[in-house]
Amino acid sequence: MSDHTPISPEITFVPEHASDTKRIWRTFWLLSILTVIELIIGLSIYKIKIGNEEAMPSLVLAFKGMVCILALAKAYYIVSIFMHLGDEVRNLIMTIVVPLCLFVWFITAFLVDGTSWKNLRNRYSRPLDAPTEQVSPVKE
Amino acid sequence: MSTATVQQGTKWWNGGRSPFNATYGKVMMWYFLMSDAFTFGAFLISYGTIRFSQNFWVDPNKVFNSFPFAEGFNLPLAFVSLMTFILIFSSVTMVLAVFEGHRMNRKGVERYMLLTIIGGIGFLSCQAWEWHHLLTGEHPVLVNGVIEHWNTTVSHNPFGKEVLFNGQMIHTPGPIAFGSYFFEITGFHGFHVFSGVIINIVMYIKTKLGHFDQRGHYEMVEKAGLYWHFVDLVWIFVFLCFYLV
Repeated sequence: MSDHTPISPEITFVPEHASDTKRIWRTFWLLSILTVIELIIGLSIYKIKIGNEEAMPSLVLAFKGMVCILALAKAYYIVSIFMHLGDEVRNLIMTIVVPLCLFVWFITAFLVDGTSWKNLRNRYSRPLDAPTEQVSPVKE
Repeated sequence: MSTATVQQGTKWWNGGRSPFNATYGKVMMWYFLMSDAFTFGAFLISYGTIRFSQNFWVDPNKVFNSFPFAEGFNLPLAFVSLMTFILIFSSVTMVLAVFEGHRMNRKGVERYMLLTIIGGIGFLSCQAWEWHHLLTGEHPVLVNGVIEHWNTTVSHNPFGKEVLFNGQMIHTPGPIAFGSYFFEITGFHGFHVFSGVIINIVMYIKTKLGHFDQRGHYEMVEKAGLYWHFVDLVWIFVFLCFYLV
């Protein structure tokens, strides 16, 4: 029962639907495996940090980057296969994808902003440190 | 399977048809999900900005290491993994419900919608336990040379930097923003899960009453499915921002 009449006169053509659930279950296993990998990396970060919070900062950062990429991959599969956006016409796909690409700019801009605040604060306002002013000795 | 190219000569923007080859209702659901994505995105980005502006932040594996019925065990990431899998699984049952809807198989739709609703309620229960545990669990914290016992709330954070005091490592007060952001974002997400469960219950009842059989299609279930998957998607990023990085 794949090519039935469109449910509304707005529809130009009806895309053919899959006849079985293989794709759905395959995606479920893929999402589960990606989640398990994320968790393994998360636990590795935990193990690295035990005893010393600052241990191996580059490796921890690399792990966090990998976890972000895995999350984006999961998001792609959910939107493309579960929400069927991958089966829609290009116009609709672009309506979703283009604003999300601009969103990346949004994320970057604000994280850079936050880092900049931290750096400015560390550099210019240190109220709890030893005073940086030095009184010149009185000339007798 | 590029049926879109079959329509090469189609003038999509000349009127008389949907330029997205989808019903108005479906397009509007996608637009709503975009707007909601920006709202959640704004919240998460705001969290990221504040977090990046701090020299010290809370270690999530110290805060979220408990499991129901396993008091005293140190199990980082265990409970949140369970919540993630519950939500992924309920997403799968939702896709299967939509699949059955395409085949006009009412019994199949009923079965999978029921499983999706149960998954949603399971997730909400887990989130409620997590909140309860944080708000009522007491943690020793060193305040002005005295050890007090604090809950984790929007005004108190007992997971700050650890210092050596009387021979043992103990926390000092941590950034207050952590509690506010955690409860606000997971609360907003939980509210979406809750409304999603309500919508799914309505879809289940309508299916059982035969409304979609009468109408000839299950597109409303499909639109409810889009909302439910969006909820799962947001959870993936909440999970990422609060528990993993």
